[in-house]
Amino acid sequence: MTDNAKAARKKKIAHAVMWIVLLALFLCFIFPFLMVIINVFKDKVDIIRDPLSVIGATKGFILTNFPKAMQKMNFWTAFTNSLIITVCSTILTIVVSSMAAFVIVRNGNWKFCTIIFSLMIASMVIPFQVLMVPLVSVYGGTLGVLNHRLTLILMHTGFSVSMAMFMFHGAIKTNIPLELEEAATIDGCNRWQTYWKIVFPLLKPTVATVAIINAMAYWNDYLLPSLVLTKKELYTIPIATQAFYGTYSTDIGLVMAALLLAMLPILILYVFLQRYIVEGVTSGAVKG
Amino acid sequence: MKKTAKRQNWTDLFLKTNTLSYKIKQYLMFAGPGTALFLCVVIVPFIYGLYLTFTSWDGVSKTKPFVGFENFSAAFSDSAYWSAMLRTVIYSVFAVVLINVVAFALAYLVTLGIKGQNFFRSGFFVPNLIGGIVLGYVWKFVFNRAFVAIFNSTSLLSTPKGAMFCLILASVWQYAGYMMLIYVAGFMSVSKDVKEAAFIDGCTSGQAMMHVTIPLMRSSFVQCIFLSITRCFVVYDVNLSLTKGEPFGSSVLAAMHVYNQAFTYKNYGLGQAEALILFIVCAVVGVTQVMIGKKGEVEA
Repeated sequence: MTDNAKAARKKKIAHAVMWIVLLALFLCFIFPFLMVIINVFKDKVDIIRDPLSVIGATKGFILTNFPKAMQKMNFWTAFTNSLIITVCSTILTIVVSSMAAFVIVRNGNWKFCTIIFSLMIASMVIPFQVLMVPLVSVYGGTLGVLNHRLTLILMHTGFSVSMAMFMFHGAIKTNIPLELEEAATIDGCNRWQTYWKIVFPLLKPTVATVAIINAMAYWNDYLLPSLVLTKKELYTIPIATQAFYGTYSTDIGLVMAALLLAMLPILILYVFLQRYIVEGVTSGAVKG
Repeated sequence: MKKTAKRQNWTDLFLKTNTLSYKIKQYLMFAGPGTALFLCVVIVPFIYGLYLTFTSWDGVSKTKPFVGFENFSAAFSDSAYWSAMLRTVIYSVFAVVLINVVAFALAYLVTLGIKGQNFFRSGFFVPNLIGGIVLGYVWKFVFNRAFVAIFNSTSLLSTPKGAMFCLILASVWQYAGYMMLIYVAGFMSVSKDVKEAAFIDGCTSGQAMMHVTIPLMRSSFVQCIFLSITRCFVVYDVNLSLTKGEPFGSSVLAAMHVYNQAFTYKNYGLGQAEALILFIVCAVVGVTQVMIGKKGEVEA
């Protein structure tokens, strides 16, 4: 056996060992999901008796947890609310912050823009906890606009404008040559047309990144929605799950179904958009 | 640079785009809505929040009595707050270290070129897709039922130390996959040539990792540690769903204490003052970390 072949063999064995290590780690990572999945088809008596068995000992394999949980947590209402809020907030964030980034980049030597830009960057370190009390007292107490989906959408957007603007700022500055805009101007576009017909289409990769990061954050957010939406018919999925757990925590079969239902939409989306989500999150994290 | 500046002047000349009123119009048209939302949701509440810390408002009454620095002195002598803060620091130290160690190890394993590494990469990221509330309940079930059945013991969540351990474990599980992606990007950015040069110079793979790859990935470390610190310091939803501060309020972290202070006990001014202190501590720790980290950055 030559040295090369030996090295190759050694590498192969090392890889096989690493593969087993990875598989073990992977199983650890999905263990909680597995627990939910095997228990969701069991009655609560069976779950309490043996949470590890795949099929319940007394009642066997049952599907009734799902419809019950769905009905009791108002799943479809919560799902619709979450969907409306996530989609609208994401679109609004993209539109509003990419336009802001455009004007701020192109007026880079105007003092006012620099001040707004630095203010937005500085504000990114403020945690939500510092803003929640005044937010509730201004918009709940003084203005009384809580309990509207639109309020939450606008608030979501307001909180993510700075981060999204920062990402668009970088993209416009490095990727969009000024000459392109000048050409459009010469061809008779005004600023508005130039932006929507020339600049925005070129920002697609950044749009995808911003959309993915923000959509995930909006979908999963709990604290802000729980402060803004206190009426049952406006609950989003995280709030509905929390409320459901508070009432039915003893009926553990239903809890399992509710948890699975809460996770399912985003997991299904992940199966289809996996590559984009991983790429989007990576580039978002590395730039941000 | 000079050329573009000159060209801009030409368009300015013909289209009269350099006047202040034109600039303001442009700004309002493009950045108006964004700036307005940002100011309404972030800046106004921030300033109003500063004002609230000087009042003893209860959240209901119309008057907001001015009390000066009373809230801050009350916050400094609030022992429940400081023990929550201490717990947050302990939790953050363990969680940040573990998150980064696990994430780095995972990133190393999934960049070796093993078959199916993309599958593993996406798999490890899955916990990050799920919100803190839902995953807290999932882990609660695992700790209360599954682990009890497997190890035949009482639930970890019923003891103070156990509850903290559960919180740390759940957080590591949640964030490791996310940080892994950043480390993977870091591994990819270290060029093969540099590593090969190290091997030719006689490095073992361990040495190459210690002396070449890790120093070059320093910015990834700085970033991951910053992200995990700032997230761990203000964690709330996992805390709420997994332990709810139980047993006997022994796992209440700072963010939860602030929430309860303001919204449960209706001490809005005090709660706001405590939130502000939490923010300052968090910002100081985060910024110091970044400054120390950036100092020793090297380039290949």
